[in-house]
Amino acid sequence: MDRPIRVLVAKPGLDGHDRGAKVIARAFRDAGMEVIYTGLRQTPEQIVEAAIQEDVDVVALSILSGAHNTLLPKVVQLLKEKGAGDKLVVGGGVIPPDDIPYLKSQGIAEIFTPGTPTSESIEFIKSHVRVEA
Amino acid sequence: MLSKDEIDKIKRAREEWEEKSVSKTISRFPERKPKFATDSGIVVKRVYTPEDLQGQDYLNDIGFPGEYPYTRGVQPTMYRGRFWTMRQYAGFGDAEESNVRYKYLLSQGQTGLSIAFDLPTQIGYDSDHPLAEGEVGKVGVAISSLADMEVLFDGIPLDKVSTSMTINAPAAILLAMYIAVAEKQGVPMDKLDGTIQNDILKEYVARGTYIFPPAPSMRLITDIFEFCSKNVPNWNTISISGYHIREAGATAVQEVAFTLADGIAYVDAAIKAGLDVDEFAPRLSFFFNAHNNLFQEVAKFRAARRLWAKIMKERFNAKNPKSWQLRFHTQTGGSTLTAQQPDNNIVRVTLQALEAVLGGTQSLHTNSRDEALSLPTEDSVRIALRTQQIIAYESGAADTVDPLAGSYYVEALTDEIEKRAMEYIKKIDDLGGAPKAIEKGYIQKEIQDAAYEYQKAVESGEIVVVGMNKFQIEEEPPKNLLKVDPAVAEKQKARLARLKSERDNNRVKEALSGVEKAAKGEENLMPYIIEAVKAYATLGEVCDVLRSVFGVYQESVIL
Amino acid sequence: MDIKKGIIDGDRIALAKLITMAEDGKKEAMDIIKELYHRTGNAYLIGITGPPGVGKSTLTAKLARAYSGLGKKIGIIACDPTSPYTGGAILGDRIRMQELFTDPNIFIRSMGSRGHLGGLSRGTRVAVRIMDIFGMDYIFIETVGVGQSEVEIADTADTTIMVLAPGLGDDIQAMKAGIMEIGDIFVVNKADREGAEKTAREIDTMLDFNEKSTWRPKVIMTVAQDNKGINDVLHAIEEHMKYIKDSGIFASKRKEHIKEEILELATQNIMSEIMTGLSKEELLGIVDKVAKREIDPYSASIDIIKPIKGGIQK
Repeated sequence: MDRPIRVLVAKPGLDGHDRGAKVIARAFRDAGMEVIYTGLRQTPEQIVEAAIQEDVDVVALSILSGAHNTLLPKVVQLLKEKGAGDKLVVGGGVIPPDDIPYLKSQGIAEIFTPGTPTSESIEFIKSHVRVEA
Repeated sequence: MLSKDEIDKIKRAREEWEEKSVSKTISRFPERKPKFATDSGIVVKRVYTPEDLQGQDYLNDIGFPGEYPYTRGVQPTMYRGRFWTMRQYAGFGDAEESNVRYKYLLSQGQTGLSIAFDLPTQIGYDSDHPLAEGEVGKVGVAISSLADMEVLFDGIPLDKVSTSMTINAPAAILLAMYIAVAEKQGVPMDKLDGTIQNDILKEYVARGTYIFPPAPSMRLITDIFEFCSKNVPNWNTISISGYHIREAGATAVQEVAFTLADGIAYVDAAIKAGLDVDEFAPRLSFFFNAHNNLFQEVAKFRAARRLWAKIMKERFNAKNPKSWQLRFHTQTGGSTLTAQQPDNNIVRVTLQALEAVLGGTQSLHTNSRDEALSLPTEDSVRIALRTQQIIAYESGAADTVDPLAGSYYVEALTDEIEKRAMEYIKKIDDLGGAPKAIEKGYIQKEIQDAAYEYQKAVESGEIVVVGMNKFQIEEEPPKNLLKVDPAVAEKQKARLARLKSERDNNRVKEALSGVEKAAKGEENLMPYIIEAVKAYATLGEVCDVLRSVFGVYQESVIL
Repeated sequence: MDIKKGIIDGDRIALAKLITMAEDGKKEAMDIIKELYHRTGNAYLIGITGPPGVGKSTLTAKLARAYSGLGKKIGIIACDPTSPYTGGAILGDRIRMQELFTDPNIFIRSMGSRGHLGGLSRGTRVAVRIMDIFGMDYIFIETVGVGQSEVEIADTADTTIMVLAPGLGDDIQAMKAGIMEIGDIFVVNKADREGAEKTAREIDTMLDFNEKSTWRPKVIMTVAQDNKGINDVLHAIEEHMKYIKDSGIFASKRKEHIKEEILELATQNIMSEIMTGLSKEELLGIVDKVAKREIDPYSASIDIIKPIKGGIQK
C-alpha cells in the first residue's frame, strides 16, 4: 500500500491529560501515518463528524477521565449510525482491566493501557486496518 | 570553603586515583554504561569531591534553615518542630460519599484535607450539563452549588482543619462556597486556613482544565489575591504548580524553570493590578512533583527554594522575608506508577516520599499503588498514608534539618539545576514572559519534546521501568478496584433540580447580574461571587455569566 | 456504496471517500469526476496563507462560520507538510476549528503535502474540484506560506488573503517582495496586540508602490479569536469577487486554470503511457547504456516516447 494510513487522534471526555495523545500522535507520524489531531474535550458527535470528513482509517481515542464506558461505545455507535462503521476504533488511557471486555464487546478493537509501547499500538493498527490498496 | 591550595591537592590526588585505581578496575570490569545521566540529562560523574563546590560560599549560598536564601528550608527547626502536613488528595462520587472518606482520613491521623473535584466542576459545568455525561463524580467529587459544599464539610470544623482545593479556572467560586460554609458554621474568614490551586498558566500548558482566556483569568487571580490579603489572611491564594508540568513529561529542570516563570508572571500581574508585593507574596505557595531520581529530586527542591528567594528579593525588591520563602506541597509522581505489578508502586512511592522529606516539603501526598489502574481503594490509600507515617516516625529522616546538605553530589546538583533553570527563565523573559511563551507554544513544545524523548528511551530499554520493560511476569488482572457508583450522576441531577425549584430565583437572578456587571467593569469580583453562591446560584450559572463576558480559551497546539 | 449517487445526493461520507480515492490517484475517482464535471464551476475559491502562528485557522473558522450563517455551504481544505523522511504528518489545523465540527454546512478536510512542493498538497486541486461538484459555495484553501510557497495558492484561488500579525517586523520586510503581489486582501490578525496599527500602516505603504494592478488590496485588522473584524473581511472578499468578475479577470483566470490543468494532466498521461509501454528491465537497460556512455540521455528520451508518438498523432 503506497498511501499513508490516516488516523484521527482524539480526546473524548473532559480531562486535560494529553501527554499520551500527543506522544502517540508523534509516534504515528514517525511511523509514516497522517495524523489528524483534534485537541481536548471532544464530544462523541464532534469526533465522529471529524472522522467522517477526514475519511480516516483509524479513530484512536485517549481518555483518562474515567468516562470511557460511556463515551467510547458512543463513538462506535454514532459511527455505525452514520454509515462509517468501517473504521478501526482503538482506545488508550487509564482504563481498568475489568472494563476492557465490555469495551471490546461494544466494538472497540483494542485498548492500550499505561505502559504499552507505542510500537505495539502501531503494529496493531498496521495489521488490523482496512485500507484498499 | 577550602583554599585554592587544598583544592589543588585534592585535584592531584583525584587524578592519581583515576589513573591508578579507576583505570585498572575499568579495564577488568567496565562500567555499566559509557555515560551516566539523570532523567533530566544532567551528566552524573563517577564521584564528587570538594572540587565540585569550589565556587560555593556556605553562608551566602546555603546558610541556615529559615534564613535567606533558604536552601536548607524555610523554617529554622523544620520537622523537629512539627512534621509536614500529611495531606491525601481525595474525593469521588457525590458530596456525601467524599465527606465519609474525609472523616475516615482525619480519623487515621491525616492532618489536612485535600479536595479533588470532578472534571465538570473543574471546568465550570453543573452535573446536569450535557458535557458532564459520564464524568460526574469520576475523578473527584461533584460540586454544583453551595448545597453540595455544605454536605461535603458536614461535621468537619473549618477552623480546625486546613483544606487544600485543587481548583483552578473556577477557583474564585469554590473559595466563595468555602467561605459561605464556614460562615454557616460560625467560622469567620480570618480563621480559615487552606489553599486553592488557582494556577491557570499551567492549565494551558499541562493540565487542560482551563475555561477563560489568559487576560480575564489573570484578573480573577489578582482579584483573589487582593480579596484574601484583606479578608482571609491565612489563605494560600495560589499553589503555583510544577507537578502537572512534570507529569506532562517535563524534566526536573523544566519543572523548576516553568513553575517559577509562571510565579514571576503572577507577581508581575498582581503588581500591575496595584498590589504591593509584600502584601500578597507571603501567601504564594508552590506544588512540586517527586519523581524517580532520588538525589536529583532533593536537589531540585533546594534549588527551587534558593532561586525563588533570589527572584523575590532581587527582581521584585520584596522586603518581607516571608515573601522570599518558597513553601511547597509535594505529590509523588503519578506518571512513574506502573499498571504492571502494581504493588511495586508502594516502593516507588516510598522513595519519592523520602525525597520530598529530605527536600523540606511543607506537605505531602503519597500516591496509591493502584492509581495507574483506577481511583485508589481505601486500603491502598491507607498504605500510602502509612508510608508517610513510617518515614516520619521510624526512619529518623526528619530528625535533623536538610540532612543531605554538604554532600558534594547533592550540592553540585543543586547548583546545576539552579543554573539550568535560570537559563530557561532568561529565555522565557526574552520571549516576553510566561504568558507570551505559552501563547507562542514554546513551553508546550519543550515539554512535548521531553515527553517524546522519554517515551523513546523507555521503548529502547535505555530507561528501565521495573516490571514494565524489564522483569515482567505473567499476571492476573488486579481485582477489587474502586468503582464509582453510576447512580451518582442521577442523584446529582435530582439534587440540582430540587435546588432550582426551592431557592429564591429572583435573588439568584439579581446576584448573577451583579456578577455580570462586576465582570464587565473593574471592581473586585469576589464579593459578588460570594453573594451569588450564597443565593445558591450554581457553579455552572456563575461560570456561564463569566463565559459570556470573558469568552472561552481556545487551545493552541504545536506538535 | 455508490459514491457517484452519494455525491449527487449530498452524502458527506461519499464526499469524504471520493476525496480519499482521488488523493490516492484511483482511476474510479477520476471516472466519477469526469462524469460529474459539468457540475463544477460554481464554487468560489478563497486562499488563506501567511506565516505560522498568525491565526490562519482561527480566521478561516470564523469566516466559514459567518458564511454558514448566511446559509452558504463551505468546504475547507487545510494543508500541512508531510515529513520527507517518514511520509507521516501531523495535521493539526482542525484544533482551531472545533466549533465547526458539527455545522452541517461545513466540511473540513486536512491534507498532508505527500511530497508535493509549493505549499499545497498533492490532492488539493482535485479535492477542490470534488467539493465544487458537491455544491460548495465557497472553498477555503489554507496553507502556511513564508516567502515563495504561497505563489501556488494565489495561482489556484480566486481571492487570496494574506494573514499577518503584529510583531513580525523583520519577516514582513523579508517577505514583502513576494507577498505584495499575492494578497488580494491583507489581514492583520491579533490586532489587539501592540504594534497592530503600525503593521497595517507598513503594509499599506508598501502597497502604494505596487501599481501593476487596478485592484488596490484591502488591509483589514481583525481579532479572529473574538470575532472582531470578520464581517469586514467578508465584505472585502465580496468586493474583490465583484471586481474580478466585472473586469473579466475571473473568466480569464478560470480559463488559464483550465489550460494549466489540461497541460498538467496531459503531462501525467504521457508519463503513465510511457511507463506502461516500458518495462522496468527495459528502462534499466537504457539507463545502463547511458551510464556506459553508449548513448546520450537526449537521444534516449526521444527513443522512449517513440512508441506513443504515433498514438498522439492519431
